[in-house]
Amino acid sequence: MIVHHYPELLAGEPAYLEAAREVAARTYEFSQYLTDVLKKERLGSRWRARIAYHASCHLLRGLGVGDGPKRLLAAIEDAEIVALPGAEDCCGFGGLFALEMSDISGAMLKRKIERILESGAEALVACDAGCLLHIDGGLRRQAASLKVLHLAEALARFDDRAEP
Amino acid sequence: MNEQPLPFHARVSLALHDRQLRVALDRATSHLSTQRVIGLASLADPDAARDAARRVRADTLRRLDVHLERFEASLTAVGGRVHYARNAVEARRIVLELARANGVRRVVKSKSMVTEEIGLNAAFEAERIEVIESDLGEYIVQLAHETPSHIIAPAFHKTREQVGQLFHEKLGLPLTHDPARMTAAARVRLREVYLTADMGVSGVNFGVAETGTLCVVTNEGNASLSMAAPPLHVAVMGLERVVPTLRDLGVLLAVLARSATGQKLSVYTDLITGPRKKGDPDGPEELHVVLVDNGRTQVLASEEAEILYCIRCGACLNSCPVYREIGGHAYGSVYSGPVGSVLTPALTGLPIWDDLPHASSLCGACREVCPVRIDIPRMLVSLRAKGVAHGATPRWLRFSLRLYRRLVTRPRLFRAALALVRRASRTLAPGGFFRHLPPPLSRWTQHRDFPTLAARPFSALFAEHRAARRAEPPR
Repeated sequence: MIVHHYPELLAGEPAYLEAAREVAARTYEFSQYLTDVLKKERLGSRWRARIAYHASCHLLRGLGVGDGPKRLLAAIEDAEIVALPGAEDCCGFGGLFALEMSDISGAMLKRKIERILESGAEALVACDAGCLLHIDGGLRRQAASLKVLHLAEALARFDDRAEP
Repeated sequence: MNEQPLPFHARVSLALHDRQLRVALDRATSHLSTQRVIGLASLADPDAARDAARRVRADTLRRLDVHLERFEASLTAVGGRVHYARNAVEARRIVLELARANGVRRVVKSKSMVTEEIGLNAAFEAERIEVIESDLGEYIVQLAHETPSHIIAPAFHKTREQVGQLFHEKLGLPLTHDPARMTAAARVRLREVYLTADMGVSGVNFGVAETGTLCVVTNEGNASLSMAAPPLHVAVMGLERVVPTLRDLGVLLAVLARSATGQKLSVYTDLITGPRKKGDPDGPEELHVVLVDNGRTQVLASEEAEILYCIRCGACLNSCPVYREIGGHAYGSVYSGPVGSVLTPALTGLPIWDDLPHASSLCGACREVCPVRIDIPRMLVSLRAKGVAHGATPRWLRFSLRLYRRLVTRPRLFRAALALVRRASRTLAPGGFFRHLPPPLSRWTQHRDFPTLAARPFSALFAEHRAARRAEPPR
């Protein structure tokens, strides 16, 4: 939104456009900030869990962030990253789309959830609050016990070393 | 363009409950998506190939008038005739007049979306002229009295089991699920049609301005026969499908079949330059090309001009998570999927298609696979804006957005409202989630739970964090 749309929306207002560009240039998504600005991928996180990663559309195809979040997750000690089929397919949220086209959105969500459940993951991680809201809402409707977390929440796990 | 009688939501609902359709869609979209990846990987530099193809389309459309004039001159020079049709009515009239003038009773057609767009088959039938589709998928669709549901694969929505049943009922073929047996049956029937048809109608993938050559690609050779066997060949072509040179044609063909089916080249890539010449073993006596505008020059002057870059590979349909769920017919328009959701409202400018640009989560998968890198999501948004100008926004949404605007532009009111909702939501749903909410949020809770607001807003946590940092002695 800030990186792409602010400069577009303010294209006709030179005074704001400059500011919008300036803000856009120093705005990063959370994982981008870790991998590209701080250049810190090992945070000492530890979490024994099977984790699946959902690649959010606007992060992957909008900002072009593909591998960064996966590398960050892989650096969590004791975590096992499981393959999620169709990980790059939209979960069906799409903002107002979820309300306006509720049935299509629901069908897309159902497909996403089937794949998450098939993957055997205990936790689903994504970087977009919209996807998280949507997928979590869908999983709860099915009474599934998976945790749905933002990347930051997963990286903030510093569990004690598990007993052998 | 045809309008389905049911409203969009009803069509979607039918599609979502059609189990056979879902089987067919799952099989076909995943197959073609995989094929596309394999096809593009066979290029030394797929990205450069797509950039080059985009450049050809952009450059051509920038000077479309010049290229069209050259195309007409070249085609005329090799003995063909060009007709301009401003709209569907004119296009149908031109083709029917040619049929009448030549006493045509039977027409064989190769697959063409633009003839679907202008409603040509119905016009033939109204004149009691028999028309038989020769593309296998189109033949199936015609037998079933349906319309194509995919740009390159008309019978995309049907499972082979359904086709076996159809051939059993309509052609008396013993019930089979074997595509080879069904194809053989259609082939026998079509051979006779090619030889007895008075007129062949084809589409055109590309018309080459430099030479007047028509390029038509198929995998079944049906266009070759439809164009060469009958004495009269009428090619119907969207006027944006011109390419300046044969070299440019090569640039586009390099990405067309790869993006469509994963093939390096379609099985048959016909290049037709003029009608039969002295000494030619076959070919029509007469060759006519009907250049169809039908809204295209208007689109060219609009924000949606880029959609005319489309070379009709169908990759955006196969990759689209919405198309995968609902298939082509639910769109209700001749062109379905992401490209159809832009092309249909852009070509017609009609409010009846205002729903289509909303049938997308704007996930961007279409833009990612497009061989000429058309920014479909951008145009879905620009068309949504035009719909708002038509007053297409549903009342519940208009009301909600107005309320939202009123809140977010008044920070203190917004915070107060949020505090109220926070408290109310946590009281009403002590478990943290709602299973049912009143309209319009019932649209959400129909398929998913909805969380209560967090106990404390981020702004409060952040302020606290900052205060704590300030209180720390400097290191």
